[in-house]
Parts: sequence; C-alpha cells; structure tokens
Amino acid sequence: MMILLGMPVIQIILFGFAITTEVKNAEIAVLDLSKDEATRKIVEAIEVSEYFHVAEYVHNTKDIDNVFRKGRIGLAIVFSENFYENLLHTGKAQIQLIADATDPNTATTLTNYATAIINNYQRQIVATGPVPYQIVPEVKLMYNPQMKGAYNFVPGVLGMILMLICAMMTSVAIVREKEMGTMEVLLVSPMKPIIIILSKAVPYFAISAVNLATVLLLAVFVLKVPVMGSLFWLILVSLLFIFVSLSIGIMVSTLTSKQMIAYLISGMVFMIPVMLLSGMIYPVENMPAILQWISHIIPAKWYIAAVKDLMIKGLGVQAVLKEITILFAMAAVITAISVKKFKNRLE
Amino acid sequence: MKVITAENLTKKFGSFTAVDHISFEVEQGEIFGFLGANGAGKTTAMRMLCGLSKPTSGKGMVAGFEISKNPEKIKANIGYMSQKFSMYEDLKVWENIRLFAGIYGVPDKEISHRTDELLKNLQFEGQKDALVKSLPLGWKQKLAFSVAIVHEPKIVFLDEPTGGVDPAARRQFWELIYQAADRGITVFVTTHYMDEAEYCNRVSIMVDGRIDALNSPQNLKQQYDAANMDEVFHRLARGAKRNSD
Repeated sequence: MMILLGMPVIQIILFGFAITTEVKNAEIAVLDLSKDEATRKIVEAIEVSEYFHVAEYVHNTKDIDNVFRKGRIGLAIVFSENFYENLLHTGKAQIQLIADATDPNTATTLTNYATAIINNYQRQIVATGPVPYQIVPEVKLMYNPQMKGAYNFVPGVLGMILMLICAMMTSVAIVREKEMGTMEVLLVSPMKPIIIILSKAVPYFAISAVNLATVLLLAVFVLKVPVMGSLFWLILVSLLFIFVSLSIGIMVSTLTSKQMIAYLISGMVFMIPVMLLSGMIYPVENMPAILQWISHIIPAKWYIAAVKDLMIKGLGVQAVLKEITILFAMAAVITAISVKKFKNRLE
Repeated sequence: MKVITAENLTKKFGSFTAVDHISFEVEQGEIFGFLGANGAGKTTAMRMLCGLSKPTSGKGMVAGFEISKNPEKIKANIGYMSQKFSMYEDLKVWENIRLFAGIYGVPDKEISHRTDELLKNLQFEGQKDALVKSLPLGWKQKLAFSVAIVHEPKIVFLDEPTGGVDPAARRQFWELIYQAADRGITVFVTTHYMDEAEYCNRVSIMVDGRIDALNSPQNLKQQYDAANMDEVFHRLARGAKRNSD
C-alpha cells in the first residue's frame, strides 16, 4: 500500500532528470512575409536538411497559432517583411523561431538546428558580399517559456503510474486469487462473475484516483506546472484512461493463472512500450515508421497527448476529441475481449 | 429424495473425453465418495455438477435444478471446498468467516451469531483473531469445511479436502462431515485416501472417465473379494489406460 501511494512521488522526482534526444524530420511551418531570394534559399536549406520537413506554409500570424494547436508541428519560422532588402541595405534582418516547448528537449534541439542552418546561410552570403550581413534569429517558446522539464514529464508520469497501478496491480490481484484457489470458491458462490471482477477492480480505481490527485497536486504546488486548461476535463480524461488500464489488467488476468506471468505480461507487454513508445521519453516523430505505427495502439500515447493539450497548452476539450474517441474505442474493445475470455475459461 | 442425478454426463475437451457418459444418483443426507486416480476425470465431473463447467452432452440435476440451464440457482444451494486450501491467508479467522458468509448470502444480522456457533463447534474460540496463515493445515481444512457449509447448503462438494494431513487429522475432519450429514446436508467428496473411502455410505470409482463401480464399501469388498477398499481400487485401476498426471 505504501508502495502504491508513494511511487508517484518518487517517480516524479526521478524523472526530473530530462533526457536529451535527437530530432529527425520534424514537421515545421513557415510564414514568409517577404518571399524573396534570401528567404527562399533559407527555406530550401531547411527543407533539404534531414532535421526538418516543411509541412505547412501559412499566410499570417494568426494561422501560426492554429497550426500549433493542431499539435502536428514543433517549430514555426517567421521571416519579417522585406527580409532581403533589409539584409542588403541595413545589413540586418530578423527571423523569428517559434517552438512548441511543452517538450523542452525537442524545442531546444529544434531551435538549435534551425539557428545553425540560418548561420550557415549567413556565412555563405558574408563570404560573397562586401558588407558584413547579420541575420538575427529571435527565439520564442510557446506554452512553456521557462523550458521546464516538468512540463513534459508530468503528463508522462501520470500516464505511466496510472497504467502501472491499474493494469499490473489489477491483473496480479485477480491472478493471485486464482493461484490461491479462492477464485474457484468465489465462482461457485451465488455471486455473478462480473460482480467478482468489479469488486477486484474498484479498490484499484480508488487508489488510482488518489494517485491522480497526488501527482496533480505535486505538479502544481511543488513543480509549479500550472493546469492551464479545464481541470474538469483533465480529470474526466484521466478517469477514462484509468478505465482503459483497468480493463487491460482484467484482460491480462484472464490470459494466465500465475502471478509471475501476470507481472511479466504487464511489465513487458504494457509497461516498457508505455515508457518508450508513448512519447514520454523519446519523441515519437523520430522513431522508424513501424514503431510509430505501433505507438498508435498504446493507450498511454493518446492519454499523454490529451494531458499535454489540456494541462500544459490549456486547450479546450474540442482539441482532444480525437484522443477521447480513441480511448473510448480501446476501452470498449478490451472490455469485450476480456468478458469473452472470462466466459470461455469457465467452459 | 434424490438431490443429485447424472444421466450420461459427458465432457469433451477437443478430442479428449474427460468424462465419459457417467450416470449416478445421490440421496439426501448421503455421504457419497467419488474415487479415481489422478486424471480419471473426478474434478471435471465435480465442476460440471457445481455449475462451473458446461457438460458437452447428457443431463444432470443438482438440488432440483438442471445444471446446464440453471447454474446460478444451483450455486445458491451448494457449498464447495476446493483441492487447494482456499481461504484468505492474510485475513483473520473471523474475517474469513464473515467474508464467505456474506458472499454466500447469509443475512448480515445472522453472521456474528453463526460465526460464534461455528467457532464453538470447532473449539476455535481462542483462534478467532488469529491470521489464517498461522494455523496448522489440519485446522485450516476444518475451518474451510465449516465455512463451506456456513450457509446451510443442501449439498457440499469437497474436492480432495484432506490432502497432506495425517490419518488422525483426517479422522477429526470426518467427524465434521458426519455432523453435517446428520443435519441433512448431502456430502459429495472426492479422495485419494482409501481409509476415507471406508467412511462413505456409498462410493463410485472412476477409471478413464467412466464409472466402473458404484456401491457401498461393504458390497464392493464382497464383489471384488477384497479385504479393504485399497485392494478394490487397485483391481479396478489396473485396467486404466490413461497415465496419471
């Protein structure tokens, strides 16, 4: 019990150490207000580099906000008006780099790469021309101006803790009853099997709710990560995710009758992918296509994405409708499978 | 009155026939021994009678209900004690009694009264607050049996209830079984121990999924010209084709 309730505290402190990662083919947006020779060359240089892929060309400042909200792009590059003119005549021109800093590691990496490419172009024109030109990149960080790592790992830890407690503990608790033989006695009793399963799941639902509160309180008061969006929806989405995890736990318990195997299945099949593929530690965009594809079937990935949107970016519920739908579908499918499995076992 | 009837009860797992057309009847208040080597199909047959497993074919009536149609009704009328000693080891004695009494539908008001009665009958009053895991195995088994009949079922199914204890502890356990039978509870018991078979009113002996013999221990011994049940069993089991697992 101490472990179950204390674990979130320890993990949230441990994960304070951020991990730097390389970024490849990050999707970016470009707002080119001057459309001249220099800006075209810089965009080309950026596009040919292996780090970036220009996903969208936008036409005004307002659109930048919109593409960020969609969550696809990690960086936007804005060229000021009369870029080349300014560069030629005053020797100075401005570029603005806007990064989505909900994941500070990726944001830093992206802005560094972009700055390097721009500096490289600057060196080229300085070498050919007589006047010392200067391009001044100005970096702006969206959502997380102080680049706090906590902004990134709080949603991740939430996803992991809830998955761990619900899926692993529920499956182990049910399998333990099977191992001890008490399950059989319960099944022979007049109680319906669904009641037995529910009564095993309810305590873990309660513990998870306590954990959710602990992590959120720690995040807000100790790590100073504010809840930007609606707390109501954040909690509702979390409860949905808890439900998905509980049904995974019940499904695992129907697959095996040994506690050890239940641990292994929850650990290997559910925990490790959650840590590695959910985008919590490594950005999903950098992974090979096959791993990205696999990451889609991991509930925690969608949950963490939804928490980032709701908690850090402060977006409304309409921004996470897709995630909510997917989690709902997963819950339905997994519950259906476990009910069927459970019945088969009785045959 | 017959409380259990089985007619050609059969259970197949794929191509393997675990229970092969067994038929028998058990009277109310009878102690019915269900004998057989490991893998002969005893547990499968018992699980069907308890409503835990659906028969592939054949009919069975338990406590007046058809086993494949009304398993839930059957469950309300039976008690069950499994092969593994199955109580919550990290709960106290009285907590286990309260839990199972509640699960088996004993009204809340009666639970404490029945707990006291049960403990008194077992002379366990001093152990009320002991953790179940601290009790010796023989005591645990007696407790598990008493808990299995705490709701006064019509029938109690015992699946090898006395595994792993010495003959003296088994005798004490059987005294409890006799007490229950005297109160009109039908006892359906599987066992390996042939000394226990002697205590039953009637025994059936399963070989390879079939019932090869069914009679009182006395008559079986005469029929097979044997000095004790052990000899009877060995004569029948010699014909078995399945390996014991």
